[in-house]
Amino acid sequence: MTEMNENPLDILPEILLAAGAVLGLLLGAWLPRSRQWIVGLLAALASTAGIVAAAVAATEPATAAFDGAFAVDPVTGTSRIVILAGGLLVLALSIGPMRADPRESEFYVLLQLTVLGALVLAGAQDLLLLAAGYLLASIPAYTLAGFRKDGPGTEAALKYYVIGALLGVLMLTGITVLYATGRGTGYPMLSTELREAPEALLAAGTLGLLAGLLFKAGAVPAHFWVPDAVQGSTPPVAALLTTLPKIGALAALFRLGAVPLADSPLPWAALIAVLAAASMTLGNLAAFFQSDVKRLLAYSTISQVGYLLMPVAVAVRSDEAQQALLYYLAAYAVTNLGAFAVVCALPRAVNLDDYRGLARQRPLLALSLVICLLGLVGTPPTAVFLGKLEIFTAAVDGGYAWLAVLAAVNTVASLFYYLRWIVPAVSRGEGTVLRDGDGDGTARVVAYAAATASLGLGLAGGPVLAMLSGTLTR
Amino acid sequence: MLTALVFTPTAVALLLLVLPRRTPESVFRIVWVVSTAVLLAFVVGLWAGYDHGGGMQYEVRARWIPSAGVGYHVGVDGLSLPLLAMTCVLFLACAVHSLRQTRRVREFAALFLFLQTTCLGLFVSLDLILFFVFFDLSIVGMYFVIAGWGHQQAARAALMFFLYTFIGSLALLLGFIGLYLAADPHTFDMVELTRQNPLAGRSVYAALVLLAIGIGLAVKTPTVPFHTWLPPAHTEAPAAGSAILAGVLLKMGTYGFLRIAMPMLPDAWRDYALVIVIVGVVSVLYGALVALAQTDFKRMIAYTSVNHMGYIILAVGAAAATADTSEQARSLAVTGAVTQMVSHGLLTGALFLLAGVLYERGRTYDMGAYSGIAAAAPAFTGMTAVAAFASLGLPGFSGFIAEFQIFTGSLGPRPVATSLSLLGILLTAGLFLRALQKMFLGPLRLPDAPGSPRAFPDVRAHESVAVVPLLMLAVVVGVAPRFLLDVIEPASRAVVELLAR
Repeated sequence: MTEMNENPLDILPEILLAAGAVLGLLLGAWLPRSRQWIVGLLAALASTAGIVAAAVAATEPATAAFDGAFAVDPVTGTSRIVILAGGLLVLALSIGPMRADPRESEFYVLLQLTVLGALVLAGAQDLLLLAAGYLLASIPAYTLAGFRKDGPGTEAALKYYVIGALLGVLMLTGITVLYATGRGTGYPMLSTELREAPEALLAAGTLGLLAGLLFKAGAVPAHFWVPDAVQGSTPPVAALLTTLPKIGALAALFRLGAVPLADSPLPWAALIAVLAAASMTLGNLAAFFQSDVKRLLAYSTISQVGYLLMPVAVAVRSDEAQQALLYYLAAYAVTNLGAFAVVCALPRAVNLDDYRGLARQRPLLALSLVICLLGLVGTPPTAVFLGKLEIFTAAVDGGYAWLAVLAAVNTVASLFYYLRWIVPAVSRGEGTVLRDGDGDGTARVVAYAAATASLGLGLAGGPVLAMLSGTLTR
Repeated sequence: MLTALVFTPTAVALLLLVLPRRTPESVFRIVWVVSTAVLLAFVVGLWAGYDHGGGMQYEVRARWIPSAGVGYHVGVDGLSLPLLAMTCVLFLACAVHSLRQTRRVREFAALFLFLQTTCLGLFVSLDLILFFVFFDLSIVGMYFVIAGWGHQQAARAALMFFLYTFIGSLALLLGFIGLYLAADPHTFDMVELTRQNPLAGRSVYAALVLLAIGIGLAVKTPTVPFHTWLPPAHTEAPAAGSAILAGVLLKMGTYGFLRIAMPMLPDAWRDYALVIVIVGVVSVLYGALVALAQTDFKRMIAYTSVNHMGYIILAVGAAAATADTSEQARSLAVTGAVTQMVSHGLLTGALFLLAGVLYERGRTYDMGAYSGIAAAAPAFTGMTAVAAFASLGLPGFSGFIAEFQIFTGSLGPRPVATSLSLLGILLTAGLFLRALQKMFLGPLRLPDAPGSPRAFPDVRAHESVAVVPLLMLAVVVGVAPRFLLDVIEPASRAVVELLAR
């Protein structure tokens, strides 16, 4: 990248979303309460236009925008599409509960800003931009976690905020140290400078940086906020928190491992492999005996991050790592959102036992739940199965066969707690909660759509996977 | 052709699910029976058009996920065609047997049709991932059968079944990934992998891959020490579920040995043949001894399955010895193994369906609770006796043909192991005779549990229509086996040749 590239069209999806947020904020101030849904519509339009723009950009060769600070390559392209599509699903999930809420437009604006933060994380090719993305993805999310202003929501927001602020400071410290070590913050420069950098400084800086990104990804050891934030916030927000920032953070981690730290003396692969192993194992063990569905899903997302970290570990050691990560991200996003959509569709069902008799009352919803949960396990032919196949292959190919074996063992273990949810849902008997409330219709449709997409993405994996390879910008 | 065969049952299942809520239950039953009968006719047609010496036939190849090396590739040869036919026969028998089933008939029929897709699909797969997809889906389908229609402890048994076989399937997946990465270019295509023999000369890598695949298939087969999921799953499953589980699902493991492990890892298979033979013999003896100690009729049949699968493992292990035996003997062992799969499918299917008849009348499987049934139900007694005698390997039945070939083929290379396994036949004979004597002879005594009908009516028409053809087929294979052996023999010769590379 020798010449300056400041073409704003390269970051059109991000610009659209930012414009949607700002315009929404202004509109929200003038619109009567009964018509604030227009702001939501605006957000949906911005996201849709963003997806189109990202898809168009993905067909063009990889470039780096704004002096190499923002990469426009397959990783960014896929993350953009997945994050924006996930944002649309979350938007659809929130229409029902937010309708005519006094702060409806604020909700949509904050949602867009969080999504924007995730997008910046995914594309950042400069440590300072990464920090900006971190803050942009975090601060609106803290607000969203406590949006309901009730006890659990406040606790969720507080816990989320305190841990986020602490690890954010660590991250900024790490960036400072890396700046000092590598004499720059752009990845292309760092990738050459860090090759001969003093190891202690490099390690300190990288660890600090990791703290922030692992927090956003919800991985061990920065996972303590996940269960409480997910349980305390409303189901749509929980769906958002466990899916979208995670995608941005994992794309950022992958880029970090594949570009600036690729040739560094740090044992990056081993470090990430250990974190992956810890994440999947601890997440699974903690999920075993949860009876609150949101908490169960929260721990399940922690273990899913473990699987997602596997291709990050072998980023430079296996050619298949990139497509494995991107495919699994898409598969995970749609399947996880599907599971949360079922939770949203039945707002009164809190515990596993409340789902008893679901198959009889809402057979399609029960089927979607079974598809999404078995999908999270990795049962063929859902998308996560193909994703798991890809990441296992990448891990074995990259010399981490033990990690693949551990992931397989963990997959079996995870089956246990997903079945604890499936069994009451498909067995006979009457739930106490399902009888009176008939739930949220839009969320039901989202659940059907997500389950169908999860199956469809798995069956049509061929063409999708083919689009995900391609070189990163460096 | 094969694609239609595999996916028709699922299409019918979906059709059943979308029928309006008020459809009478008899419609589901009739659609189920008719569609399984049509599928059987379809397979008979395939068999008629099959060229005995032609290798892989009816092949279909399509691009599916090329960037991951996965393709849609199906075909049949002499190893899979008999199993396809056996699968269709057994599913038809289960459909007929379940004509009086009243619990959620629509879902039951749909689930069985879906299971039929997975079973047929597995036997025609020529791509490892396709194989794995059907392997895993069969587990999911069977889980819901056991959990939804099983007896009192069903939830627990179903969970154990799912977890256990799921571990096996993931071990299998890791092994497949090992094969994929070793091949150049990377591929999951079975024909291509068999041709390449990608792990030749890499003994440690090959041993690890064989270990993973071996564990995966051994759990499904099941062999000692991976058999502990089998007895509870069988005891708690409904009769038709048990018949499919023992008759078809267990064959997926042994079929995997013949289709995947032996041709793709010939060196490792030969190196570790002794281990395989020992596992086989232990399964034979342990299965028979534990079956002898059972008081529960269904549990006893379940353990004889471990015993019968042991013979197959013995045969495939013995077939690996190249040095001191003729190729003919080894291919005889492999032919015997395939015949045993078919024979065991028919006979165990019949026995489990008969156990279902017993349970429906007495509401218990406890053998001690019954006595002198022969007086009350002579036809039922006759069928059970025939099935039991056939299962213990009496000449004139399919079991004899299969076990005779296995022993003849294995005696040369593994004399000690084979002689030990012969003891297994003796034990099975003893246990079946003892069970027959306890339950059917002597003074009439029936369980008196609350809710059980007093009398012990003889087999009803639909029950005998389900069971008798299975027994007749076993006799046909036992008396005139050429039609079957002509199909199997060229394929087993091919396996032995691939193994000797």
